[in-house]
Amino acid sequence: MVGLHKSEMKNPVVRWIDERLPIPSMLNQEYAKFPTPKNFNYFWNFGALAMVNLVIMIVTGIFLAMHYTPHTSYAFDSVERIMRDVNFGWLIRYIHMNGASMFFIVVFIHIFRGLYYGSYKAPRELLWILGVVILLLMMATAFMGYVLPWGQMSFWGATVITNLFSAFPIVGESIVVWLWGGFSVDNPTLNRFFSLHYLLPFLIVGVVFLHVVALHITGSNNPLGIEPKGPQDTIPFHPYYTIKDTFGLCIYLIVFAFLVFFMPNYLGHADNYIPANPLVTPAHIVPEWYFLPFYAILRAVPDKLGGVLLMFGSILVLFVLPWLDTSPVRSMKFRPLARPFFWMFAIICVVLGYAGAMPAEGIWVTVSQVGTAYYFMYFLVILPVLGKIEKPRPLPESISAPVLRGGGPIMAGAAAKPMEKA
Amino acid sequence: MADAATAPSTGTAPHGSTGPAETRRDFLKLTTAAMAAVGVGAVVWPFIQSMNPSASVLALASTEVDLAPITEGQSITVMWRGKPVFVRHRTADDIKAANDVALNTLPDPQADGARVQKAEWLVMIGVCTHLGCVPLGQRPTDAKGDFGGWFCPCHGSHYDTSGRIRRGPAPRNLDVPEYTFVNDTNIRIG
Ligand code: HEM
Ligand code: FES
Repeated sequence: MVGLHKSEMKNPVVRWIDERLPIPSMLNQEYAKFPTPKNFNYFWNFGALAMVNLVIMIVTGIFLAMHYTPHTSYAFDSVERIMRDVNFGWLIRYIHMNGASMFFIVVFIHIFRGLYYGSYKAPRELLWILGVVILLLMMATAFMGYVLPWGQMSFWGATVITNLFSAFPIVGESIVVWLWGGFSVDNPTLNRFFSLHYLLPFLIVGVVFLHVVALHITGSNNPLGIEPKGPQDTIPFHPYYTIKDTFGLCIYLIVFAFLVFFMPNYLGHADNYIPANPLVTPAHIVPEWYFLPFYAILRAVPDKLGGVLLMFGSILVLFVLPWLDTSPVRSMKFRPLARPFFWMFAIICVVLGYAGAMPAEGIWVTVSQVGTAYYFMYFLVILPVLGKIEKPRPLPESISAPVLRGGGPIMAGAAAKPMEKA
Repeated sequence: MADAATAPSTGTAPHGSTGPAETRRDFLKLTTAAMAAVGVGAVVWPFIQSMNPSASVLALASTEVDLAPITEGQSITVMWRGKPVFVRHRTADDIKAANDVALNTLPDPQADGARVQKAEWLVMIGVCTHLGCVPLGQRPTDAKGDFGGWFCPCHGSHYDTSGRIRRGPAPRNLDVPEYTFVNDTNIRIG
């Protein structure tokens, strides 16, 4: 193992570096030659999009931090200064603000892709778990970021969410005081939230790295949910998927730009342009849209601790999903019974989000309760049971078989030959 | 590779683990690990502790409130430790309503007498014990809830004229801060 790396790089400078630090070789192996199932659909764009989005958040965030002041007396005004006085400050802030929303849109689609095509199943359990860790870190980051502009929603959102911890018996109150660094959300809270809001995205970068390493060990899943049987089932990542990802990226950037330039405050809440006032709670507190389904689950139970446990449970259940779903078949394409339950689940998540935005009264309480019940039933009852009783449709012989309309193993084998040369 | 191949021949096999040499090694490993754990704990503690309220936050001066200008039925809100404190000059009706309920019907049973020092002055921290919103009911035009006291709009908690939780998700009555009557018309909170 000792000695220079045997480099295949042509360029002498790159080669010189590669022999001593074989990062070019590694990139070539993992991002150019990397054999990838040839049947990806556009849902496989969202991992790459999430990565780009993370970079956008970090770059815009660093530039915002050059002008932002994390002090209760100045925070609101410093953000207004960014909007009015700083050159292109409005652009950088609107990109950061809407970037958070785009990030969650992308990641939610990415997660539902995994749920539909069974990407969490063996051998990709750890890959999935790392993804759930990223989701948790993202939620913490976005929550603390929303506190920074120190508007009314910032302040009261922070108050309500940190108070969740007071639901825990005995230690609850001390945890909340510890989180606040005082007896209410105040300057010490704002300071530490800024510090952590700066830190967590870099932790996310670290976990994303592990996520990708794990992906490159198991290889990607694909819409059929069956493993590639050989080189005839795969194509090199570059140029096939680099170009497909680039196309997806363009669409994503168009949507992103539309939000930033035409409706930058649509996804936000007007009350956050009122400076924080610890003496007046806004009549209707709502979190950012991406937290609404979880907020609905929190309010579905009249008991404080119960609501908090269910809300945390709704994410934690994802960690054990690989062991809850007992079906050996990955893709919902071949699961006639599970598929309608999946779509019901997706609809319920949207309905929960809607209920979370409504006042917790009357019909909305019932809707939240039914939705919450289904949310947990799906993971804890439906998926475990279906795997046992469902008769899946026959899986195709290989990825090539249905793509080439061969239908049978002989045709697929024959058709695969020319592919191998490519 | 080499280690794995030679390990059996150097006697870790069956009886090895009961030999005196192994026991001593185990003991050393255990004590080392324990010392390391204590060390890590000792280093982490100051960092955790640094996030708790600092001396300056703890030393925040207590607040004095002059009660004289508050007429019967009126409420005022003052700031103490970054939180609103409600002071209400209760009417005879308020006090009677607070005393008339049977304690066993309350989610958090507490007699009105245990929550006030002088029946007409109710002093409480104006923070909903559910998730910390400021309940409505201080201004004459506010919604006061179904029990004539305070109403928290965040998730619908109703408090009575003694600030006790009557209906909704809040688990406890509104907290009563420490305060003393400096004289008949002045209180010091904290
Ligand atoms: C995972 C990536 C990130 C997410 C999801 C995120 C999310 C957010 C959100 C939702 C806001 C509130 C925007 C508003 O309503 O004004 C915000 C504000 C802010 N963020 Fe981030 N952020 C991320 C990364 C970063 C990074 C890496 C930095 C610094 C290096 C940063 C610095 C800031 C600053 C200074 C503000 C306050 C200015 C403002 O409110 O626009 N963010 N962030
Ligand atoms: S914070 Fe008052 S009811 Fe939830």
